[in-house]
Amino acid sequence: MALKDITLGQYFPGNSLLHQLDPRTKLIAVTLYIVSLFLAYRFVTYGLLFLLLALAVRISRVPLKSLVGGMKPVVFILVFTALINLFYTPGETVLLKVWVLTVTLEGVLSAFFMVARILMLIAGTFLLTYTTSPILLTDGMESLLGPLKAVHVPVHELSMMMSIALRFIPTLIEETDKIMSAQRARGADFESGGLIRRAKAMVPLLVPLFISAFRRADELAVAMECRCYHGGEGRTRMRRLQYQGRDWMVLGLMAVVTVLVGVLGRMGW
Amino acid sequence: MQPILETKKLSHVYSAGTPFERGALLDVDFTAYPGEYLGIIGHTGSGKSTLIQHLNGLLKPTGGQVFFQGEDIWASPAATRQTRFQVGLVFQYPEYQLFEETVYKDIAFGPRNMGLEEGEIDRRVRQAAGFVGLREEQLEKSPFELSGGQKRRVAIAGVIAMEPKVLILDEPTAGLDPVGVESILGNIRDYHQAHNATIILVSHSMEEVARTVDRLVVVNDGVIPYQGTPSEVFRHGPELEAMGLGVPQMTRVFNRLRAMGVDVGRSVYTIQQAKQAVLDAMAGKGAE
Repeated sequence: MALKDITLGQYFPGNSLLHQLDPRTKLIAVTLYIVSLFLAYRFVTYGLLFLLLALAVRISRVPLKSLVGGMKPVVFILVFTALINLFYTPGETVLLKVWVLTVTLEGVLSAFFMVARILMLIAGTFLLTYTTSPILLTDGMESLLGPLKAVHVPVHELSMMMSIALRFIPTLIEETDKIMSAQRARGADFESGGLIRRAKAMVPLLVPLFISAFRRADELAVAMECRCYHGGEGRTRMRRLQYQGRDWMVLGLMAVVTVLVGVLGRMGW
Repeated sequence: MQPILETKKLSHVYSAGTPFERGALLDVDFTAYPGEYLGIIGHTGSGKSTLIQHLNGLLKPTGGQVFFQGEDIWASPAATRQTRFQVGLVFQYPEYQLFEETVYKDIAFGPRNMGLEEGEIDRRVRQAAGFVGLREEQLEKSPFELSGGQKRRVAIAGVIAMEPKVLILDEPTAGLDPVGVESILGNIRDYHQAHNATIILVSHSMEEVARTVDRLVVVNDGVIPYQGTPSEVFRHGPELEAMGLGVPQMTRVFNRLRAMGVDVGRSVYTIQQAKQAVLDAMAGKGAE
């Protein structure tokens, strides 16, 4: 069993326009996109947003297969939502009536749009994580949350913690793999037995793992202090985020789409 | 002689079928004979760690077979489990796998998993502790109170206590001071002689293997290009250097001397041999 095979974070390295966009632009754009999804009402507005999504996927060159693959965990929610909407939407045009269950045209439409909304919402956010490396994403969030510093929210510290956590996930997985092998070589058995036996079998894995995590944290803190780290105050950055022309264009497009969808939705389209 | 451990056309591919696929071993035929002290040498990423993890059934081959005492270790789950007890594997930096409250309990972890009775466990723990030079009163201490070198001894004792027929050690001396290196290598030699066990020492230090092992296996890019006695292997000096391994410093000095026209012996790789070779050469000159 190789824990290493688990893909963590879904970043797909690439060089498309979507990859090159400023992470802040992408964060804002996705937020606007989600807002529009909730403003959308019928075919025209949903169709518009779908076209936008299809275009973005196309530009990003993220394989459709991995995008669809990521949807698997939500299948249950989708089915559940669809059924609830299908049977419990009151309406005039009754299509089918079996026992206490009534299916109306309104119900069918509502189920369809609900599923479409969830799918597009997930696809949109996936696209963000597929095209933005976790580090850039934290940088973008830090920059966007910057104004909160005025009310004493430790924005820099929070984002530093997040970057460090992200940085150490692969390291800890590797470490887990190593300790598991070492204990298995001494006859430890992680796979068989009841719940209690299995929980007990985790002790030889978790104790060394925790110790090494603390040791690493300690070493990292010392290394950072040696290099005079003292928080965000007056700290310069290696990657400086800068809006480019294309960022303004994308933001402008998103603003227009949001307003358009809002207005059209209101008009019942 | 029947080999105690043998691989036939052993291949291993990591993450098969994904874009991250990479081969670590390719049709490797490896043999270890009972009672021999074998060295495996290769630089980081050569596939040597992958190879040794196949020898006790931690990794399942993606191609080929592994035999322990003539039996396929993957023939049945029981055979695999038995092999893990018979082929002891000490990982790199084994001190990071300690977890018990006392040194005694940690060393007893392996024997206890084997299902031995309490008296036998006690005997094995004390004997293993003796092999690695741990004192009686240290057994009741927490392993985390010990120094780095002592922790490593505890971890090695934890594997020795299972009394494996084959003991594999992955860079057991990494990060130790010269005195620590000598003493660990001495402990391993003691176990080798006391149990007539097969020892497989993995290293990237030519100096270290040159003076300890009977036979040497070179692993590079997932294949075994050379094997034989150290002096046989060191004849491939330039090729080894191209693999980023090189030959012991002494051998290099003497190869250079020979290239300069000094008449010295070929198989020189320790300081003792160097001294003898220099004395011989000087005696030869004196006679002229």
